[in-house]
Amino acid sequence: MGKLKALLGWVDDRFPLTANWKAHLSEYYAPKNFNFWYFFGSLAMLVLVMQIVTGILLTMHYKPDASQAFASVEYIMRDVPWGWLIRYMHSTGASMFFIVIYLHMFRGLIYGSYRKPRELLWLFGMLIYLCLMAEAFFGYLLPWGQMSYWGAQVIVNLFGAIPFVGPDISLWIRGDYVISDATLNRFFAFHVIAVPLVLLGLVAAHLLALHEVGSNNPDGIEIKKKKDPKTGIPLDGIPFHPYYVVKDIVGVVVFLMVFSAIVFFAPDMGGYFLEHNNFVPADPLNTPLHIAPVWYFTPFYSVLRAVPPLFDSQFPGVMAMGLSTMIFFLLPWLDRGAVKSIRYRGAIYKSALALFVIAFLILGYLGTEPTNVWGQFGSWLGGAERATVVARIFTILYFLFFLLMPWYTKIDKTKPEPERVTS
Amino acid sequence: MKNLFFALLFAPLAAFASGDEFQLDSANIDPHDAISIQRGARTFVNYCLNCHSANSMRYNRLTELGLTEQQIKENLLFAAEKVGDPMTISASRKDQKRWFGAEPPDLSVEARSRGTDWLYTYLRTFYRDDKRPTGWNNLAFPNVGMPHALWQLQGIQTMKTESEEHEGHKSEHKKLVLEHPGSLSTIEYDKLTRDLVNFLSYMGEPEKTKRSQIGIVVLFFLLLLLVPAWLLKKEYWKDVH
Repeated sequence: MGKLKALLGWVDDRFPLTANWKAHLSEYYAPKNFNFWYFFGSLAMLVLVMQIVTGILLTMHYKPDASQAFASVEYIMRDVPWGWLIRYMHSTGASMFFIVIYLHMFRGLIYGSYRKPRELLWLFGMLIYLCLMAEAFFGYLLPWGQMSYWGAQVIVNLFGAIPFVGPDISLWIRGDYVISDATLNRFFAFHVIAVPLVLLGLVAAHLLALHEVGSNNPDGIEIKKKKDPKTGIPLDGIPFHPYYVVKDIVGVVVFLMVFSAIVFFAPDMGGYFLEHNNFVPADPLNTPLHIAPVWYFTPFYSVLRAVPPLFDSQFPGVMAMGLSTMIFFLLPWLDRGAVKSIRYRGAIYKSALALFVIAFLILGYLGTEPTNVWGQFGSWLGGAERATVVARIFTILYFLFFLLMPWYTKIDKTKPEPERVTS
Repeated sequence: MKNLFFALLFAPLAAFASGDEFQLDSANIDPHDAISIQRGARTFVNYCLNCHSANSMRYNRLTELGLTEQQIKENLLFAAEKVGDPMTISASRKDQKRWFGAEPPDLSVEARSRGTDWLYTYLRTFYRDDKRPTGWNNLAFPNVGMPHALWQLQGIQTMKTESEEHEGHKSEHKKLVLEHPGSLSTIEYDKLTRDLVNFLSYMGEPEKTKRSQIGIVVLFFLLLLLVPAWLLKKEYWKDVH
């Protein structure tokens, strides 16, 4: 023991090992009242590590070449020992990453975790979310199936809707006039090197910002306001290690059970995680009847389709879609509520949030279906498609949640916050 | 490019509107029935593997179904030299495109994109249609380029339109009628196609049955792991109030 301690001392003289261990784990004081919603931060880290490890293993057999990519994925599925498991873990991990992140963001919404002093923490988180979308988009081209190909075609052509420079931008992104081998190669480079590097940097910034300001909690009050006068430790804080480490282990095991159930029993998830049409090799001359992005992009895809073209240009829809993701960045400054947590908010905010969640889910569902999924209205409404009309209504509600937020959070009748955290 | 974008976003979705829902028959296959998959493999190499390849499938993978390499060599290996070879074909893609108007797709993962019910229905709904260059048409895949490869077994079906008057409503039914019976009865032919679809489904993901077996073990292990994890949490959190 003496020798180990001496070694630690030797290291600590040269590198802040013990200091960092204390700052980020054993003496990082987290509120003691974390509930179910607080599992998803550490679960996101778990999925990130899992995606990196399985991703590295996949690159050992995957061929980023338009003539070999599709077959190389099937080679991984059949001839590489346990390749099917690695591949399913990676494909399931992509969808689970978004599920975890959406729940993590929802936690931020209900407990006001983006409010002062956590604005930068929220912005870093949003940047991570954007990176994740880019990562998923680039990665989805790699299996080189029909949905990979035509999904990428649609998304890259979105840039083509930008006035004047659009067509040149999409040409520049593709590196060719159509999605081709050149596109596949650069998307591979972005997917395995560029975006993960940025992602890891942002995750580090996210954690540093978190540990600087301290975690929010379900009561939305600052535990640093009430400290033990002698030790300076927040009265409602407990060290992250060991308390939240052992608690998160339980969360990890439960999460892995859900994850394994999908990987081993339903890796396609009925066509939502692995689309049926993506088992057809990419064919530039054959456009599929129905092109749908993977489920995690569909709310925004619905917004895109809901906005009618203006002067024959799809640009307004593209703008609306971009705005529907970017508007989350503004949350810290849109919310004027007297309290942070939904526990002490009034009926107006609760209804607004409920409407927003419904809008997000319905837009998400409609984005997976063709626009005529619910048929058409009678001639009294000009025979408009029902699903399109519904998507338009919910797109408006989606944006109103943000645009009216400064007003409705201010007039909302809130309850007084407690002095100390409740359990 | 902008036009293409429009076409991609909106036009394809309109195509869905016109197609009235075609009822697929249930394939009702048993993925654990190795004998059925073996019979399907025999039908596959005899009738499909001349025009369709299965480039991702190796012959010796069939040892998983209880066949020996010797049996595979003697009974199934017509289009390749070695038992470890994939199921490739020698016909050139260019020729095939000229003959059929489209390249016959590789069938390695066809069951995963089409679904087994579709394949089962497709293989049983070929009918004579003199308007088509091959003389054949199909209910599940209208104006298909492929002629009916199994016609000698199934026989020749034709499309009959029956009009019926029911309580003043006139309705038309389109029905397939077996005009000339083939060498198999309808029941035998359904069984043959069911076995073939079972093989196609197996070939789409050979690890499928193994995957769920492993899954049960993994979930059982995680369930056991949950117990100490939960007890550990409970023990540590005793002193948090």
